[in-house]
Amino acid sequence: MRPRLPVTLVAGLALTALFAAAALLSLVWTPHAVDVLNIAARLQPPGGDHLLGTDHFGRDMLSMLMVGARTSIAVAIVAVGIGMALGVPLGLLAAANHGGVVDDLVMRGNDLVFAFPALVIAILITAVFGPSAFNAILAIGIFNTPVFARVTRGGALSVWTQDFILAARVSGKGAARISLEHILPNIASLLIVQGTIQFSLGILAEAGLSYVGLGAQPPLPSWGRMLADSQTMISFAPHLAVLPGLAIIATVLGLNLTGDGLRDHLDPRLRRPS
Amino acid sequence: MLSYILSRLVALALSLVVASLVIFVMIEMVPGDPASFMLGLNAAPDTVAALRAELGLGGSPPERYLRWIGGMLQGDFGTSYTYRTPVAELVTARLAVSLPLAVMALLLSTLIAIPVGLYAASRRGGPGDWSVMGLTQLGIAVPNFWFAMILVVIFAIQLRWFSAGGFPGWDQGVWPSLKALTLPAVALALPQASILARVMRSSVLEVLGQDYIRTARAKGLSRRRTLTDHALRNALIPVLTIIGLQFSFLIAGAIIIENVFFLPGLGRLVFQGITQRDLIVVESVVMLLVFAVILVNFLVDIAYGFADPRLRRR
Repeated sequence: MRPRLPVTLVAGLALTALFAAAALLSLVWTPHAVDVLNIAARLQPPGGDHLLGTDHFGRDMLSMLMVGARTSIAVAIVAVGIGMALGVPLGLLAAANHGGVVDDLVMRGNDLVFAFPALVIAILITAVFGPSAFNAILAIGIFNTPVFARVTRGGALSVWTQDFILAARVSGKGAARISLEHILPNIASLLIVQGTIQFSLGILAEAGLSYVGLGAQPPLPSWGRMLADSQTMISFAPHLAVLPGLAIIATVLGLNLTGDGLRDHLDPRLRRPS
Repeated sequence: MLSYILSRLVALALSLVVASLVIFVMIEMVPGDPASFMLGLNAAPDTVAALRAELGLGGSPPERYLRWIGGMLQGDFGTSYTYRTPVAELVTARLAVSLPLAVMALLLSTLIAIPVGLYAASRRGGPGDWSVMGLTQLGIAVPNFWFAMILVVIFAIQLRWFSAGGFPGWDQGVWPSLKALTLPAVALALPQASILARVMRSSVLEVLGQDYIRTARAKGLSRRRTLTDHALRNALIPVLTIIGLQFSFLIAGAIIIENVFFLPGLGRLVFQGITQRDLIVVESVVMLLVFAVILVNFLVDIAYGFADPRLRRR
């Protein structure tokens, strides 16, 4: 029995949409203001006036989580954008020059970037420019680049062998035009799926970077920072640690389910023997 | 086989050279002078100059690069600005924590993932398979440092089985040290095990579809014997690559996990280096981490070459 795909896709999209909506809503409205400290109302458990309780400064947790969703999603989306903007052209170029010097260069460059885990890139960037959400984006974006280059190249290589590419060549189109007009549309679904996966990895990476202080800086709320702040209070205010963690898990799970569902839905040929 | 190893060796050396150049250039871009940073604003210029010389900051960038690389090749990683001790000594002391942690996590995730993946594949489509797939999907989504915090609440604060953090040191006995590394290793292993179990499952399923499996079944081998004698060994080859690839995630994860548990490992050393602007420490430790990743991938390539003769003729 094969996994019933629409179910995972729908569940994934629903979870993702929930957090995207929360992030968008936080732009215009949050239940309480997140930049106002109310020490008298600090560390309230969930329930009552504050639906999900308050943190050690008396800020409303639900509002903090909503704004945190915005930070996480923004960082991850821009990082995926950077990875795609750099990686896809490199992959197309490598595929068009398959077996040539350019191909070799791109692939070796890929291997090299892979040797620097995202966190190590972030550490280097932070050591040079100091910690900030922008540098976290940069680090995750650089890390995303070889992933997209590799996926693009792999997908493009298989399209290049197709007959309609031969037809396009015979009609006099150059490698650049073929790459843009024929290869790219045919690997779009592949890239969307990979984009979803990198999106979820970006959320995890941003949380990790912010947790160790290399990402978003206070007062900007971020799920990773909320977890870092909660650590000393975990024994008497566990909701401070549990809630941001659940938010991260739900978002990542939603994106992964969406990615898996999309992969099977958009292109059955990509279906892995699973 | 020899030419295959040689070509991989050349690629290894090239990657190391380029990686070291990237790291060196990045660190060179850091504004400010460590010597004047250490001595404060009121330091006399000749004191600063003397310290610069002592720290090996003199000379042109290419000279400094060659001195750094030359030193590293001889095991001299420079002198920490803040600790005033050789970086090599700091790194060795910290490795005594980070390396066992990484090995424990790797062993744990492999020991969990292989049987679980095999089990899921053998129960394909059944409730057992579905549970494994659901749980691993969840395991991939859990941030390991959050899982670590939850482990601390349950096993250190509530049950008091383990301490919440810190490291007694190997001279205090092997058992207390292993105990201190247990929760961090479990936290680190969970997401890795989830990914690995999924790879193992699909790898086994792919092998089970092969003709020689049907032959094995047809000649009267039981399902179990076919699975353990024929499918398992062949399915392990792709799993090996993934274990190699995961090593770099493990290193990155260890850096964060060490901070959750206040373990005096390489990760904490790097963060202290950043906050204290002890750049020679950052530079050398990052180089070491990247070296470890490149080396592991090289070893996986070689192992692959032994396992799959077709690869040698590339």
